[in-house]
Amino acid sequence: MRIALFITCFNDTLYPGTGRAVLTVLERLGHTVDFPQEQTCCGQMHFNTGYRPDAVPLVTRLARAFAGYDAVVTPSASCAGMVRENHPVLAERYGSASLQQQVAELVPRVYEFTEFLTDVLEVTEVGARFPHKVAYHPTCHSLRGLRLGDRPLRLLRAVQDLDLVELPSADSCCGFGGTFAVKNADTSSAMLADKAAGVLASGAEVLCAADNSCLMHIGGGLSRQGSGVRTMHLAEILAGAEGEER
Amino acid sequence: MSDRGVVWLGSPSFPEAARTALADQQLRTNLRRATTTIRDKRLAVAAELDDWEELRTAAEAIKRRTARHLDRYLLQLEEAVIAAGGSVHWAGDAAEANRIVAALIQATGEREVVKIKSMATQEIGLNEALAREGITAYETDLAELIVQLGEDRPSHILVPAIHKNRTEIRDLFAAEMAHWGEPAPEGLSDDPRELAEAARRHLRKKFLAAKVAVSGANFAVADTGTVTVVESEGNGRMCLSLPETLITVMGIEKVVPTWSDLEVFLQLLPRSSTGERMNPYTSTWTGVTEGDGPSQFHLVLLDNGRTDTLADTVGRQVLACIRCSACLNVCPVFERTGGHAYGSVYPGPIGAVLTPQLVGVEQAASLPFASTLCGACYDACPVKIDIPEVLAHLRAEVVEAKRHALSPEALAMKAAATVLDSPRLLSAAQKAASLGGRVLAREGRIGRLPGPLHGWSDTRDSPAPPAESFRTWWRKNREGTP
Repeated sequence: MRIALFITCFNDTLYPGTGRAVLTVLERLGHTVDFPQEQTCCGQMHFNTGYRPDAVPLVTRLARAFAGYDAVVTPSASCAGMVRENHPVLAERYGSASLQQQVAELVPRVYEFTEFLTDVLEVTEVGARFPHKVAYHPTCHSLRGLRLGDRPLRLLRAVQDLDLVELPSADSCCGFGGTFAVKNADTSSAMLADKAAGVLASGAEVLCAADNSCLMHIGGGLSRQGSGVRTMHLAEILAGAEGEER
Repeated sequence: MSDRGVVWLGSPSFPEAARTALADQQLRTNLRRATTTIRDKRLAVAAELDDWEELRTAAEAIKRRTARHLDRYLLQLEEAVIAAGGSVHWAGDAAEANRIVAALIQATGEREVVKIKSMATQEIGLNEALAREGITAYETDLAELIVQLGEDRPSHILVPAIHKNRTEIRDLFAAEMAHWGEPAPEGLSDDPRELAEAARRHLRKKFLAAKVAVSGANFAVADTGTVTVVESEGNGRMCLSLPETLITVMGIEKVVPTWSDLEVFLQLLPRSSTGERMNPYTSTWTGVTEGDGPSQFHLVLLDNGRTDTLADTVGRQVLACIRCSACLNVCPVFERTGGHAYGSVYPGPIGAVLTPQLVGVEQAASLPFASTLCGACYDACPVKIDIPEVLAHLRAEVVEAKRHALSPEALAMKAAATVLDSPRLLSAAQKAASLGGRVLAREGRIGRLPGPLHGWSDTRDSPAPPAESFRTWWRKNREGTP
């Protein structure tokens, strides 16, 4: 199986440790993976902020970069959702017939990381150890977008010595929403305050999720409060990458 | 207020209005308590039906089919209403609807009307328009009464006074009821029973005196000409049965083809809106019946932007809305800001997609952005309106409408698109960000930022960009190139 990593512009730039963690897990499971350098960004920010035509070259680039791979694996539920739900919309509205074809071929091959592990590789035990109290935040795109369900939890429960604690009001949005956090900063902060309070109430040492963007938001709030709770992408926990620089 | 007339736009943009609401601690407490209660109730009663998802699918299909043939069903409805002894009036916009209703009331010689809670009449600002003609409209729904006594605005589709708690309502009754009719009893407490009793005594006189009633409609059945109102308190039933003249203002999207279609919605609506298995009062009437209820019935069919909405292939799904307000109760944004922040009679997620379409996106440009696209509204919607899809669609329309003025945001988006369309430029930008980040960072975190990002950085630290991006690491470690 030819596997390509779709690391996303956000992880690439701000959280390269997540990309390395995905690589560690997949290689530990015996797979060879590639990182096509032509990839950049799925265009989610442009699409969701209303700048659709600006996203079209990015859609074209992504379809080209990942042509020919059997599986395209990304540690971002929201970027996986963007490709699945919205690339066809953009290709249909703005693209040529050949782009529509390329996108249609790409969509079923794109997997969010936990989906790929549980559904395609059919593993939940990935050989990780993480002796900490961990809470899992189901980001809106993993929960209601991709419907990841308990896949991330199944993976976390199989981690040796990991103490999974419950997050109060887990399914409520953290208030990030991409440019929402800037355009509606006050409302976003109010939502963040409630989410951060939930994290603290859970007693977790580490909060994890399948999207670094939400974690950046929640982690930014927790850090400003001086809470000491760390945020980590769940791939880093599955890599057993304790203490590694993010 | 826009030309087309959905009342009370032109208030501050959403972010600004939200800031005011967020500062009101009492409001946030009231809202959280109310939305949490109703949300849990809804989930419980929806889970009781094993065909809940099938009902949602059926409702969506009925609404889509009706919208495709709306002209045909409306004409069928008109014919059936007339055949049953009613009259039908067509109103293109708010002003026309208000003129029609005022003229109908004036023809009766009355100066006072009782009203059933109705979103359509709020949308067109009927009470205010009637007041300008010297006609007083009395709201009879308890929550609408509270709002009217307080010279306030409704803040929720189903629970218009959701922003008020019992104590605030007691104070309002004590201070204002006397100006509108029967004064509140001496020593009124904030016990819900006592409050309801005060409202009941106040309203009873209005019901017994009124010769004209104005209502909205939850549904109208095309093939029989039957109009339906569902409610909890029975005030609507009083308005529908006691007066001599009944005037109903109904959005044209409220028509359903047959009674068997109605059955689907009568299951979905109460469970989605109040978390009840069945609403306490379901009233249906077909034209007029001699010796029973009003002897005059007028149905005003309101367009007010709906035909334009129907022309938009993505946005038209919003016309399926049955005004249950489930989306408001699950929305994390509404829960914090309340309804007034939306500056529209239709607040919450549904307001953010309905209002801009009814009035034109330029009139309500901040509303499609008043969401994180978290998707809770879509999951809750009993007729499966994909609200996040429409929000994103309308955002593109807002940006398109403002295209002539190149905003800083548009320039930033263009610049980002250019950088992101080139791995080489992206690499360079990552190096620059890493350098810049290290200048700003303290202990690996970036604190307060200047300029447009201050709204973000007021409450959140940002991560310092790492020394090496993933792509650089990959090149060095996996491809052996520097």
